[in-house]
Amino acid sequence: MAYDKFTVLTSSAVPMPIENVDTDQIIPARFLKATERKGFGDNLFRDWRYNGDDTPKQDFVLNNPIYTGKILVAGKNFGSGSSREHAAWAIYDYGFRCVVSSFFADIFKNNSLNIGILPVTVSPAFLDRIFTAIEADPNAQLEVNLPGQKITILATGESESFDINSYKKHNLTNGFDDIDYLQAMKDEIQTFAAKSMY
Amino acid sequence: MTSPVAFLGLENRGLKVMFPEKTFATADHNTPTINQHLPVQDPLSANQLKALETNSAKYGISHWGLGNPKNGIVHVVGPENGITLPGMTIVCGDSHTSTHGAFGAIAFGIGTSEVEMVLSSQCIMQPKPKKMRLNVNGKLGKGVTPKDVVLYIISQLTAAGATGYFTEFAGDVFRNMSMEGRMTVCNMSIEMGARGGIIAPDETTFAYIKGREKAPQGEAWDKALAYWKTLQTDEGAVFDQEHTYNAADIEPMITYGTNPGMGMGITQHIPMAAAAGGSKASYDKSLEYMGFHEEEAMLGKKVDYVFIGSCTNGRIEDFRAFASIVKGRKKADHITAWIVPGSHIVEQQIKDEGILDILTNAGFQLRQPGCSACLAMNDDKIPAGKYAVSTSNRNFEGRQGPGARTLLASPLVAAAAAVTGVVTDPRELLAD
Ligand code: SF4
Repeated sequence: MAYDKFTVLTSSAVPMPIENVDTDQIIPARFLKATERKGFGDNLFRDWRYNGDDTPKQDFVLNNPIYTGKILVAGKNFGSGSSREHAAWAIYDYGFRCVVSSFFADIFKNNSLNIGILPVTVSPAFLDRIFTAIEADPNAQLEVNLPGQKITILATGESESFDINSYKKHNLTNGFDDIDYLQAMKDEIQTFAAKSMY
Repeated sequence: MTSPVAFLGLENRGLKVMFPEKTFATADHNTPTINQHLPVQDPLSANQLKALETNSAKYGISHWGLGNPKNGIVHVVGPENGITLPGMTIVCGDSHTSTHGAFGAIAFGIGTSEVEMVLSSQCIMQPKPKKMRLNVNGKLGKGVTPKDVVLYIISQLTAAGATGYFTEFAGDVFRNMSMEGRMTVCNMSIEMGARGGIIAPDETTFAYIKGREKAPQGEAWDKALAYWKTLQTDEGAVFDQEHTYNAADIEPMITYGTNPGMGMGITQHIPMAAAAGGSKASYDKSLEYMGFHEEEAMLGKKVDYVFIGSCTNGRIEDFRAFASIVKGRKKADHITAWIVPGSHIVEQQIKDEGILDILTNAGFQLRQPGCSACLAMNDDKIPAGKYAVSTSNRNFEGRQGPGARTLLASPLVAAAAAVTGVVTDPRELLAD
């Protein structure tokens, strides 16, 4: 899928200090029936965000207008559970471009990178500092610098560097995906396939 | 379920499926489990099922849709028809693809963009995972099944304990386990965070595969077999992590919380937050959702629903186990039970082996194959606040329906709950 290039993102952030946020919470299975990729943002965190009668739950962070921005900051082990890419689509469609946590589930991380969301893994201590900064000022700005692989809390100047696979980084900064890359290798793939027993 | 968007992606780029003969499709997630001969009621589900059919036809992929005698849950029908073989790399847009690792295949779930990638190139780019070996040695006690073994391991490692790893299951417990049991174990490797689980193929594996429809025959079989026998971990191989457990420490398991790592021996008490690890706030939230308290016993708790099925425990052995307890007993009056085979082939076996009669005599009804209450995408939903003992693989909030409370367990524990109406130690109901 074509997505916007990611270089440096400066934004306030939405804090969600909950651990083990699984993909069924991010997007419940009953919303997976679409045959297109659009519109999932409305159902992001559906059951945490809305009551049974579709009225917003006042105590849920996405319903609190003081928190806005393109960055979601979440507790440890974010995105565990199913392989549904819809979880990443919902996050993207809602307007987030970056998720920060101290630990991500593998499939979620891959899915995010494939569709143009940057998952940033920070140390538990730095994660706490981000939560503290947002608590002090809901409008606290974070700068996520992908080329420099650095995340900074602008109010305090505290920063930490993060890891990312260099190939994925190249794709994200250019808005490419893996399919573009693999299409260029068709001959090699055919040669290999001819030798395979399956 | 995730494929329509992947096909749409191909179309938008003007690409084809590179190797349609290496690609299979089956309908499972949103199929109904009653009246499958009628048109699917839910328009969105019907639309997705139709899309799979149309796309498969368009790109030349064999498709086992609703009503096809080979239809069933992808992780049940793949092995059952000899599609799953040792040494293969198998991917599917479903995280429980790890199931196929039971055959010594590298198998893992992928997202839609990756499905599109595989369809268009038969390749997938992955960061190299770390390696973990999990050994369980000794002999399992009475009433302790493969599901208990894997729930036990997850309770020890936590739901994120193997994130970033591929895990190998080794030791006598797995050597002595049937293929059905190995599939149950590898199925749940994703529930400890692992990308996949793998078990070295052996005589049990080869005997299971031999003669299945898509399995190699004649000379091709001999050649394949010679290769498969080489698929063993080298002596002295180094793992990034290794854990060893004792079979005698494992009892029938049940979960009490909202992730599969929150499991315990059925006779135990719910641990205190401090002993369970993780943050106290997350732990409290989880118990509150479940309506449980620290240090409570699970035995004797009232159950409303029982679900046996899914790609974890929807194979013939699971129904045999369920029937071994139900036989000669009656379903508890207040229990609603959903008994859902993983495939039509399993459904047929249930009938042929006389298990259906046992179920019917005990007051149970057999449904038609599909994922069913495992993820509640069809009509099989557990109502809010109700307790379900489920043989599936996830007890997340709302997984089996908004507000539903899931207790993951083995088919034996499910059967014991179905006949007594409460959480019951199955060992009390098993003949010696
Ligand atoms: S049975 Fe459940 S876990 Fe298995 S494939 Fe179906 S929905 Fe997924």
